[in-house]
Amino acid sequence: MTTQTSLAQPSRIAAVEAATQKFFVRHSAMLPTLAAVVILMLLFAGAELLLKGDFITPRNISALVLDNAYLLVLAVGMTFVILTAGIDLSVGSVMAFTGILGAKLLGDGLPPIVAIPAMLLGGAAIGLLIGILVQYFHVQPFIASLAGLFLGRGLAYVVSLSSIRVEDSATLWLQSTRFRLGEWYITPTGIIALLTVAVAAFVLHYTRFGRTIYAIGGNEQSAKLMGLRVASATVTAYVISGLCGGLAGLLLTAYSGAGYPRNGIGTELDAIAAVVIGGTLLTGGRGYVVGSMVGVFVYGTIKTIISFMGAEQSWMQIIVGALLLLFIVVQRLIVARSGAKS
Amino acid sequence: MKAFFHSRLVWPTGFLILLIVVNSIARPRFLKITMRDGELYGALIDILRQSAPLMLVALGMTIVIATRGIDLSVGAVMAVSGAVALTIIADSETPNSVGTVLIAVLTAILVSMVLGAWNGLLVSVFGIQPIIATLVLMLAGRGAALLITDGFITTVNSTPLAFIASGYLSVLPFAFFISVAAIVTVALVERRTALGMLTESVGINPEASRLAGVRSRGIIWGAYVASGALAGVAGIIYASNIKAADANAAGLFIELYAILAVVLGGTSLMGGKFSIGGTVIGVFIITTLESTILFMGIPSAQSPVFFAIVVMVVVMIQSPRVRTWLRRAKDAVVGMWVGRSSKPKQVEQEVAS
Amino acid sequence: MGGTASSRHDGAMDNAVPLAELRNITVDYGPERVLDDVSFRLIPGEVHSLMGENGAGKSTLIKVLTGALKPSAGAIVVDGDRVVFGSPADALRRGISPVYQEIDLLPNLSVAENIFIGREPRKHGRIDWEQMRIRAAAQLADLGLTVEPSTLLGAHPVATQQLVAIARAISADVRILVLDEPTSSLDTDEVAELFRVIKELKQRGVAIVFISHFLDQVYEISDRITVLRDGRFVGEYLTNELLRVDLVAQMLGRELGATAVVRADIDVEDEALPVLEGDDLVTHGGLRGVSASLMAGEVLGVAGLRGSGRTALARAIAGIDRLEGGEVRLGGDKVNLANPRRALAEGIVYSSENRRVEGIIGELSVAENITLALQAQQGAVRRLTPARARELALSWIEALDIRPADPDRRAGDLSGGNQQKVMLARLLALAPRVVVLDEPTRGIDIGAKVEVQRLVGELADDGLAVMFISAELEEVLRSSHRVAILRDKKVVDILPSQALTIDTLLALVARPDDVED
Repeated sequence: MTTQTSLAQPSRIAAVEAATQKFFVRHSAMLPTLAAVVILMLLFAGAELLLKGDFITPRNISALVLDNAYLLVLAVGMTFVILTAGIDLSVGSVMAFTGILGAKLLGDGLPPIVAIPAMLLGGAAIGLLIGILVQYFHVQPFIASLAGLFLGRGLAYVVSLSSIRVEDSATLWLQSTRFRLGEWYITPTGIIALLTVAVAAFVLHYTRFGRTIYAIGGNEQSAKLMGLRVASATVTAYVISGLCGGLAGLLLTAYSGAGYPRNGIGTELDAIAAVVIGGTLLTGGRGYVVGSMVGVFVYGTIKTIISFMGAEQSWMQIIVGALLLLFIVVQRLIVARSGAKS
Repeated sequence: MKAFFHSRLVWPTGFLILLIVVNSIARPRFLKITMRDGELYGALIDILRQSAPLMLVALGMTIVIATRGIDLSVGAVMAVSGAVALTIIADSETPNSVGTVLIAVLTAILVSMVLGAWNGLLVSVFGIQPIIATLVLMLAGRGAALLITDGFITTVNSTPLAFIASGYLSVLPFAFFISVAAIVTVALVERRTALGMLTESVGINPEASRLAGVRSRGIIWGAYVASGALAGVAGIIYASNIKAADANAAGLFIELYAILAVVLGGTSLMGGKFSIGGTVIGVFIITTLESTILFMGIPSAQSPVFFAIVVMVVVMIQSPRVRTWLRRAKDAVVGMWVGRSSKPKQVEQEVAS
Repeated sequence: MGGTASSRHDGAMDNAVPLAELRNITVDYGPERVLDDVSFRLIPGEVHSLMGENGAGKSTLIKVLTGALKPSAGAIVVDGDRVVFGSPADALRRGISPVYQEIDLLPNLSVAENIFIGREPRKHGRIDWEQMRIRAAAQLADLGLTVEPSTLLGAHPVATQQLVAIARAISADVRILVLDEPTSSLDTDEVAELFRVIKELKQRGVAIVFISHFLDQVYEISDRITVLRDGRFVGEYLTNELLRVDLVAQMLGRELGATAVVRADIDVEDEALPVLEGDDLVTHGGLRGVSASLMAGEVLGVAGLRGSGRTALARAIAGIDRLEGGEVRLGGDKVNLANPRRALAEGIVYSSENRRVEGIIGELSVAENITLALQAQQGAVRRLTPARARELALSWIEALDIRPADPDRRAGDLSGGNQQKVMLARLLALAPRVVVLDEPTRGIDIGAKVEVQRLVGELADDGLAVMFISAELEEVLRSSHRVAILRDKKVVDILPSQALTIDTLLALVARPDDVED
């Protein structure tokens, strides 16, 4: 009897091993994102321990979404661009520009029904400019979006050299209203952010445009040869990023109650970091917006932990930088491993 | 080769001259240089002095870009360098002694070189994309600088330190001499040794270079160390200028302006052939443009808009599509002039690939 | 029907109406004429093989057919209508589906998606993944592939990816299927499966273009063969009317009545050690136990068709590719030539067949290109003075007759032949002991070819050991003392050139090989 069971055990283990191996091979694209989720869990656990059980509360988690709604939206737009193996350095400046633009328009008495679309349009316009430079003039995305960064930042100060308070009730409503569910709460800004993630996930997964985005990142040349509409998809990716910049401007303005031209300096890097941490490869073609969302939560959690611990803000940047490095190295290993197969 | 570069430098030089001309028409005092106590003053002198940090960073950036890389961390390295130097001076008992300042400066530069070596390690040994590798330091470096200064803006009263940015050596600002020294050093190292050609070779065709026996790894590593060192010196100048170490503001956006200067100077972001002279002109264009904008009464915060336009125009002119348009336009104009001469028409076959 | 075409084929079916025709196609890349007045026709239900050596123009012709390239002159006719393809999408719409050798698919997407992207099944306006998976599974089963449709394409070996590419083409109502080296990574069973599918497609009236360097596969599956050489149309033949040896002769351009000038045997002492010896070499490039040796003062020619392992052997013995098995001995002592720099230091130089990518640094001047390896060896600090570099460059320009004789000219502006000479100069400037030349005469004009051949002989006379690879058998025979004959990544034989004639060499190179897995 014992012999039989001991013979059965190894084969069961082997079967489990085989199944696990199969799971990893089939879902190898999701590995980096899964890793991000694991990191997030670890962070939560670590924070919980560090702060002696005071971290994972509905209040804190709700605040996580709230405080980082703008970054969520930026990360969504950035994901589209990075999936095409591009990059958008302008999003922080676009956010600042559209934010102060909206504040000014509202301050001048225009109704939100005019001001808000203007913000979105402003962002989309800069995105369109970058997209055209990249696709039709073959300018490297880095330089093209750098021009966008300069443009956005400068235009923000053209709109106003100092901050403008927002008095408009509709805009403020977006931030101040809380929808409660027991101890949990969410604001309209939070809902907008999460909705953006959901819509983006749908587009990327269920539309031909979305799949073309992945195709471009996978092999742009092949995508063209396969008859996909690469040019329009690339430009649209940058327009979406600009649009998200505009939306983030709205969210941030609602959040802080004012437009401020100095906003968002360096935020594009935070967005890139979040996207990379969330499992999207900078080389394009792989990644999920849900992963970018996880990346934003990782970022936000670290920020919260640091502020709870009363540590200096400077540690924030160092940790994000270190995490980014870690993820890049891991990504390279994964990519190298899957490349070696063929 | 000289002829080749000649054509490349024509555009930027022309643009710079145009800027200067426009400036001198708009404000006649632009070209005026006065002598006071044996030292020269004037708008042009200001440009020579103020351009020093950007000049140093742009020189380093040129070499890195030539290897097909990029260095986004230079601003952060400047911040660290300033923080290190000023902390040493502030903590010492003799902040006014030249010796102390010298030690502080050398330490800061050494630290900057180590940071550059770190970048080089990531790129040349681990094969990480330069954008990401230097992005890491860009994020972490400022944080580190903040830690060194304990989050404060460390102010220091030190005459030798202040001399670096505001002092004069004979008739010209000391900072300008630092610029010149850097330009001459880089030019000598790149062009007097074989380093320049080997760097270009690596940037143009890394594989063919490898097969020809070129040590690409060492060349790429060295480029980042150089960039770090130059950024370190730039950080000192900046700190000397404000007599403080401001980890948040030091070198903010400077990497962007440096890249712009390099691109304006005709060096391609794709790597390969680079032009130190071009970068120098590019730096002067940027600094002059900045001065022009300020003079026009436009708040300096709004100046990025102009730079955005300049970047866009430059890259569009450099793009293959526009070059084809320009060439066709030129051919058409030439054709009209030459007209009925007996030149046989050459039909160009276009191949869509 | 194009007049030129019909006058060149012997006894073909003139009454078959072609599905598509390329008539008098000419393609110029700047000053280089890559295709010159080539015609090609596709008859429904037929497999038409396009044959020719490297540089013959096959890929260019295919690119014209599939809309990836616009011809400089000539016409494309589909179903009797003259068409112009603005992009590959236009050709796809006409039912012309290519499967290129470099798998032009998306490795980051699933197998199913690669088959259907651009034509995804939909439900309620959004992509129906379930349907896609089911239909993909059906397509794959048709091809005998047991691959899960939802797995990533990139996770599969190249052979599978190739079949997926074919599945994509077939699933899209293809009328003309272009297969560019489809069997290079397939084993016997997979090839059989592929041929079964091809035969089925023939029944459906699909026209198939088949490009392969495996002669027996060509003979097994195709009905018609068109041969190109040096960008020109050589002939269109029915497969069963063309002898294998004649085919190879047409491809390799044997001039009738040409006398092969064979190098006299040199006096090699019996006890002489080879300068460079490779024993049982195994590499990632496909070699599985190949041996060859190079003697001082001798030219070892390497003959074989494309894919026979010529380049792999050269790269293995010259220290470019890493050895996975076997060893290389220099002067009798084992060496570990781990990378090009080490090989160069040992006096072994290698000239790649891919001049543009692995040889010439286009943006640098001729002088810089020539002195590059020498400079690299000296290190970055000790610079060759401009005067010395110029002097060196000029002497090599004169020795090899490089034109234009301007050391400051941009190397990328030179013609192919002169670029090759620049590369040679770079290598010879190192005063090497062993010179490995991979297709040095590829794509260069006759005059330059002869010069290079002469040079090769001179090198040997100077005491160097030379390996000379060429696709042109005559050239190999004319220039070498011994010839290594390669087939299927193995050395079939090494014979003194005096013991060979063009015919016997042709036969050895072209003999049907035993199919192996």
